[in-house]
Amino acid sequence: MRFARPVAVAFTAALALVPFVLLGTWSLARSWFWPALLPQSWSFRAWEYVLAPESGVAAALVTSMGIAMLVTLLSVVSAIPAARTLAYHEFAGKRIFLFVLLLPVLALPLASAMGVHGLFLRFGLTENIMGVVLVHLIPAVPYATLMLTGSFSALDRDLEAQARTLGATPLAVWRYVTLPAIAPGLAVASAFAFLISWSQYLMTLLIGGGRVLTLPLTLVAFQRGGDEAITAALCLIFIAPTLFVFSAVAQFVRYEA
Amino acid sequence: MRRALSLLPVLLVIGGLFGGGLVLALVQSLGYFAPAGEHSFTLAHYQALVWDKEIRFSVLLTFALGSVSTIISAVLGVSLALAFRGVAKGNRILTALLQVPIGVPHLAMAIVLIDVAGQSGLVARILHVLGFAAVPAAFPELINDRYGIGIAAAYVLKETPLIALVALAMLRRVAEEYELVAATLGASNWQRFRHVTLPLIAPAIVSASLLVFAFVFGAFEIPYVLGRPYPAMLGVIAQRRFMSIDLVERPDAIAVAVFMSAVSTLLIWAYLRLSRHLIGDRPALF
Repeated sequence: MRFARPVAVAFTAALALVPFVLLGTWSLARSWFWPALLPQSWSFRAWEYVLAPESGVAAALVTSMGIAMLVTLLSVVSAIPAARTLAYHEFAGKRIFLFVLLLPVLALPLASAMGVHGLFLRFGLTENIMGVVLVHLIPAVPYATLMLTGSFSALDRDLEAQARTLGATPLAVWRYVTLPAIAPGLAVASAFAFLISWSQYLMTLLIGGGRVLTLPLTLVAFQRGGDEAITAALCLIFIAPTLFVFSAVAQFVRYEA
Repeated sequence: MRRALSLLPVLLVIGGLFGGGLVLALVQSLGYFAPAGEHSFTLAHYQALVWDKEIRFSVLLTFALGSVSTIISAVLGVSLALAFRGVAKGNRILTALLQVPIGVPHLAMAIVLIDVAGQSGLVARILHVLGFAAVPAAFPELINDRYGIGIAAAYVLKETPLIALVALAMLRRVAEEYELVAATLGASNWQRFRHVTLPLIAPAIVSASLLVFAFVFGAFEIPYVLGRPYPAMLGVIAQRRFMSIDLVERPDAIAVAVFMSAVSTLLIWAYLRLSRHLIGDRPALF
């Protein structure tokens, strides 16, 4: 048992750090043949290629960012009023509704995406960004709703009532009482809505028909192409925003299953 | 009225896109898929889950990989948590490090694993330096291998920290006092673990494991990158058949996706049943 702790620390540190060190090294390697532990020669070739407009990576980055931000905005805006109602009021079927909300978050919404494909085709929603945004909403909106329902449930409603009694306008109550209280939940909900959309591959492929080229689709294309340096650079670009967003809200995420 | 209105946007997504999509998927997989010339009720596409050799094998593989990755993640995660007790309480760096893999997307984890565990990957190179694995082919095939070892490994790396964080939270919240009592009453280390700690954290670990199983069961990116075309996991088969040029294969794909949804729904129901009895107000993981 004496070694348990150092081994555990080493494992955790390796798990967190090795991916970045390895991807970083690969992205800067010009040649790195078996069995060397370090590249034989280095270059910025992969980064120059990835940053050049011809590679299409910049375009994919803009597409991914645009879709993810739109999904985040739509999710949070539709989730706030619903979460408030779910937290404050009892109504018939509420528990079933909450269960149904969990399904697209935890289960793959793949069947739904396949189901709507034909309909989307008819209404011109395949092979374009609008359709992709719509299917990304299937997991993102319920997630944001559940998260914010938790925040509203934890909010002391009397505070809102007191502010009203003291003459605050509804807007002022929202601005100075409600919003600060739900801010952490709002941050987590936005962050995860963003992450859900950002890392989506399959539904983007199905509904986008390979025409909507987001970053993950581009990443797989390069991985299949077999250029390790470019794949590594692209992979780092793909991970960077997720880590940034995730670390920004990590302090608010609870792990009590 | 205002209440209904406030729920409307969410209802549109849940009822319209998710529910409506599911109903359409059911209809199309039950023999009403005009583009493939199907206009009458049939269960053939669901029977394919058993009769179609490729799909049948995929069902087994998906269950097997789900179970194996979940069990290994649970054991490793709990071990990590136990090893970190006392450290993690005051050590924010360790908690932060544990959270990193959770923030790494599945696709990125798959690509990293190729560089780590591929036949000319980091581990093979280190073994070579140590005098093993003279040539890349001497290193066992772990990526795109027949047994899905790479797939299971990627999930273990991604989900172990999640289980560890859940276990740490439970240890911190419920276990400490009881362990102290047991120790005071003269319980040995093993007795304390077996009869106090484990029973206290087990429900949370089991419910978190159900979620991990559901994730692996619905896997796509990781087996897409790290698996073989055959045998493939269910998600990969569903995608391949759906996108096949031959539209006749599409209802099969939809039936597979509906089957996957049914299994996940059962798992989530079980997860909720379990987690309702836990200390704490709601499933806060998601």
